[in-house]
Amino acid sequence: MLGEGIAKGFVETARNFFGSYFYKDRLTTVQYPEERLPQAEAARNFPFLVYDGEDSQAGMRCVACQICEKECPPKCIFIEKSKDKKPDAVGKPQFYPAVFNIDISVCMSCQICVEVCPFEAIKMDTDFELSTDDRFCGLLWDKTRLSKPNDYYRRIHPTDAAVSDGILAEEKAKAEARAKPAVTAPPAVATAVAATKANSASSNGTHAVAATPDLKAEQTNG
Amino acid sequence: MGEAADQFFVRLQHWLVGHVPVSLQPIVSSLLGVVAILTVFAGLFAVTTVLERKGLGRIQNRYGPNRVGPFGFLQPIADGIKSLTKEDVVPHAADRAVHFLAPLVLVLAAFSLYAVLPIGRNMVLANLDAGVLFFFAVSSVMELAIFMAGWSSRNKYSLLGAMRAIAQMVSYEVPLILASVAVVMVSGSLSTVAIVERQAGYTGILPHWFVFTPWGFAGFVIFVVAATAESNRSPFDLPEGESEIIAGYYTEYSGFKFALFFLGEYLGLFAISGLGITLFLGGWGAPLSVLSWVPSYLWFFAKLLAMIAMFIWIRGTLPRLRMDQLMNFAWKFMLPMALLNLITAGVWCFFSQQGVLRWLVCGVLVVVPYVLLSRSLMQGLKLKKRVYRFAE
Repeated sequence: MLGEGIAKGFVETARNFFGSYFYKDRLTTVQYPEERLPQAEAARNFPFLVYDGEDSQAGMRCVACQICEKECPPKCIFIEKSKDKKPDAVGKPQFYPAVFNIDISVCMSCQICVEVCPFEAIKMDTDFELSTDDRFCGLLWDKTRLSKPNDYYRRIHPTDAAVSDGILAEEKAKAEARAKPAVTAPPAVATAVAATKANSASSNGTHAVAATPDLKAEQTNG
Repeated sequence: MGEAADQFFVRLQHWLVGHVPVSLQPIVSSLLGVVAILTVFAGLFAVTTVLERKGLGRIQNRYGPNRVGPFGFLQPIADGIKSLTKEDVVPHAADRAVHFLAPLVLVLAAFSLYAVLPIGRNMVLANLDAGVLFFFAVSSVMELAIFMAGWSSRNKYSLLGAMRAIAQMVSYEVPLILASVAVVMVSGSLSTVAIVERQAGYTGILPHWFVFTPWGFAGFVIFVVAATAESNRSPFDLPEGESEIIAGYYTEYSGFKFALFFLGEYLGLFAISGLGITLFLGGWGAPLSVLSWVPSYLWFFAKLLAMIAMFIWIRGTLPRLRMDQLMNFAWKFMLPMALLNLITAGVWCFFSQQGVLRWLVCGVLVVVPYVLLSRSLMQGLKLKKRVYRFAE
């Protein structure tokens, strides 16, 4: 008869209405700022720069190879190479980014920068509470804001971090194995020698000049 | 005590009016009534928006708004500030004057409906002899406002929404008015105050409301269904059907004009609920004779809130109709039932003495056509259980 289904529907909605007051498990809403769901491990939004050790700038893995800058589809990464060098994660002296900016308002979270990075230096972050009242500078992140410790990476993406740590350990072992037969001296000296070699390889004349921007960079970072 | 509380606002008005010169007294008296209606019903609108969102949320096993103020009850203030500060966009090709006037006309018409609603004992702004007629005449102006909005926007969706609104409101006005005519016929008056007075008696402790008669109950159901359609609420919200035509006639309205449309729609809903209360639910009368000491205006607002709760429940339960279903329902079911209801009301008057026979005959006159008509209408439809290929 007409109205039968309608009556059934009314009973159902009334049951929902009163049931939601008595049975908390009916309510599927998570009251966000107070309650939070655990984050999925595969979650990602913007890239960050991984560093080892205590100092975010000294331990930065990035060697300013600029592959990510070239590969980035929306061109949100801007890198300026340093003039001098510092030891990287493996211990080899390398350039480092004097400037590393990511415009997170342009970034499309594609993860291509992470895929192409040969140094395990750039990874995807999961932080999402990034609202700001400054839509220009507040969304253009410099390298101090982008750098986060390896421990943080291990915490947010444990599986990926284990793989990344494995790759780095393997490369470090290879580098040490390569250094040993060349010089019989202890590895610490070997790297020091390699460093001076590399410095002399780049022209001696610019070396003194290159030291000054490095100092400046350190001052601004401090 | 009960009488003092009941007549408190009436006496307050008389006392205030006593302070002004005699020549100004009529106008001040009506202005006071108008201000009271404006504030009370605008406030009720604010409360209803929260209650509706919370009620719908609970029906869908959600919390609803609970952030602004205690339990989210300051949400309308936040909404008001938002709509006031939003940009007021008028389309380039729009008819600016009509586009501006449409929400104003709607709200004005909606507010003027309250002039004839008796909110309490001696509490009616204008006791017109043709109160019910006035109500339906003014509610037709709301249709005009809606068509003004749809036409002046110069937008296809707006125009489609406005056309749907006109078709729907004209169709459903017929059963709405026929259901009310039955009441007018039995009570013998078009005055809303007289209709309430006709329902004032009690048998034992039970009231003589028209809804407790066979023709009154059928009339009330027809009235509520038609009122839902008149106020463009779900399941009859085709004119704004957001999944089909964006937002119908108010697609091109933003900011405070949109808020005015919202206000007008809810005021129309309250007014038509108020008319339903006046015609069928005994107006401001108490539901039991032993409860007559409670002030009459409290009963009116209690009934109004109950009606609003029912409309929220309907909205949370029924999905939107299709246009052809809407029209079939109006002309093939609602109209014959309303016409038959007129005859039933006439038969009820014909049996002048109270008795079981009157109840029996009128009950049969309501139930049998309902069953036969719904059966015959359902036979044409090939209703079968729908099978979903991918959504199971």
